[in-house]
Amino acid sequence: MIEQMDALTLSEKIKKGTLGVAEAVGYYRDQIERKDGELKAFLTLAEGGLQERIAELQEGIRSGQYTGPLAGVPVAIKDNICTKGLRTSCASKMLENFIPSYDATVIQRLRDAGMLVLGKTNMDEFAMGSTSETSSFQITKNPWNPEYVPGGSSGGSAVAVAAGMAPLALGSDTGGSIRQPASFCGVVGLLPTYGRVSRYGLVAYASSLDQIGPMGRTVAECRALYEAIAGYDEKDGTSVPGTVRCLGKMRKMTATEYDGLSREEKQKRCMERIKGMRIGIPKEYLQAEMNGEVRDAIKNTATLLEQQGAIVEEMSLPLTEYGVATYYLLACAEASSNLSRFDGGKYGKRVEEKELHAMYKKSRTEGFGEETKRRILLGSFILSEGYYDAYYLKALKVKRLIKEEYENAFRTYDCLLTPVAPGTAPKLSTSLQNPLQMYLGDVDTVAVNLAGLPAISVPCGMDQKGLPFGVQFIGNAFCEQLLFDVAEAYEELRGVFPTVGERMTGNGKAGER
Amino acid sequence: MIRIDAEILEKAELLSKLQIEPSERERTMKEMEKVLSYAEKLNELDTEDVEPLTHGGWSGTMLRQDVVTNSDGKEGTLANAPKQTDDQFVVPKTV
Repeated sequence: MIEQMDALTLSEKIKKGTLGVAEAVGYYRDQIERKDGELKAFLTLAEGGLQERIAELQEGIRSGQYTGPLAGVPVAIKDNICTKGLRTSCASKMLENFIPSYDATVIQRLRDAGMLVLGKTNMDEFAMGSTSETSSFQITKNPWNPEYVPGGSSGGSAVAVAAGMAPLALGSDTGGSIRQPASFCGVVGLLPTYGRVSRYGLVAYASSLDQIGPMGRTVAECRALYEAIAGYDEKDGTSVPGTVRCLGKMRKMTATEYDGLSREEKQKRCMERIKGMRIGIPKEYLQAEMNGEVRDAIKNTATLLEQQGAIVEEMSLPLTEYGVATYYLLACAEASSNLSRFDGGKYGKRVEEKELHAMYKKSRTEGFGEETKRRILLGSFILSEGYYDAYYLKALKVKRLIKEEYENAFRTYDCLLTPVAPGTAPKLSTSLQNPLQMYLGDVDTVAVNLAGLPAISVPCGMDQKGLPFGVQFIGNAFCEQLLFDVAEAYEELRGVFPTVGERMTGNGKAGER
Repeated sequence: MIRIDAEILEKAELLSKLQIEPSERERTMKEMEKVLSYAEKLNELDTEDVEPLTHGGWSGTMLRQDVVTNSDGKEGTLANAPKQTDDQFVVPKTV
């Protein structure tokens, strides 16, 4: 029964009392038990205090303390988000035994909204990678075909949701790490506007780009999870205070416009929203070397939206080709600084040495994996005397140009429609041999982080190999609700997207409308 | 085009507090060189009059009251220490 339910329905049943929190948690634990031996999405499951939390939630729901749309729902959490008393390893030997003494703000907000942490999911080490293969502990498999990667770096979270081992998950996105695995696994993922979701308690990779966001099977579920975690937090200096308004010139709207509407009314409103909406397709995102099926899917998506009254046109973002270079220079530079805290002194892995600096060096050399070391080395070099101006400063200047280019585009368009990645998931163990090639695969996602904008990845179709892929809608700052609206309307027009289980039993309806 | 030689790698290792294995050095230099050479693509753009974007966020500079809101959390913090004694972190001798 639970298998067919989305998280919102699950919560409704729990609040009505027709389903217990323990039953819901038990169902997902059972799914993990059955499937995760092969898929390896989870690194750690919540154990200590779980029964007490279930009892507390059940009582809180009964007494009316927890009334939110996701009350009673278990959530999978990427392993770079601190959970009090529950190991948070960032999939690194460096933090193999690290138990946070506090909750990240997003975790506190989940708890306040009556949700519970199901477990921690695998990822690329310190979120550095696009396949989840740089994890120091295990290789997560794509549930659609276990010979392929799930994408990354939030691969474990994407797989947990896609394979029905968790109804919802949190990921983090620095250059595409929520949207790209969502695309490769056939789920929805949102990168919120920079500053909209607190990063307090998120282990930093590249602080000027990192954001936490929701992943789920449908847009409505992601909207609800986003609304639970978003909002000002004084513990994050980049968090934006006050009531935010969509910066879009065309359609201003806030979350409160949906308060009190039924789900059907919301859906209807979404379809109405896209009438007259101006949607741009940046032609630079449709490169010559991209997968033809993905390219066709963008065109089909445009047609569907046009039939509902949207105005879709091709436009140009000429700086797109400079996104990857700018991103990797800045991300590596920031990573080299952020990860200097891991030195074996106060927490994390230590290799004992007689001399302090020898201890630092040994601990870091043994604690970090290859990709992490590569990015730290690159970052240290980029920030070093004699090279700082040529690489780091240059990238900061281009970052401004990219941001301005998007600002300019949003003077004309409500949102942009693009691929999430040039193709579908690559085969396992084919990406890490050529790091630059892997970096280039991030071409469709990195610029959005550089510009600090929100974007959503929504399942769109299947390639010939039976692997899913998504489309991306990019919005102006704080226009998450507009993105949810267009994504939800698109979801309705696309039709039901198959789940992994249906696919495996041949009941999938991919591509049918 | 940038050339990453042994000297540059050693400098980067020093700054990074990392040691790359002898068998990995050649490959590491090559990979760094490849990425940095690719990044030189940015030189196609004229950024002469562009101010670097050091703070790209939407929040401006946020300040808050300088008051203590948490407890010292000593127990939880020390629980993660690789080595401790008498409620103190233990590290190799520094002076």
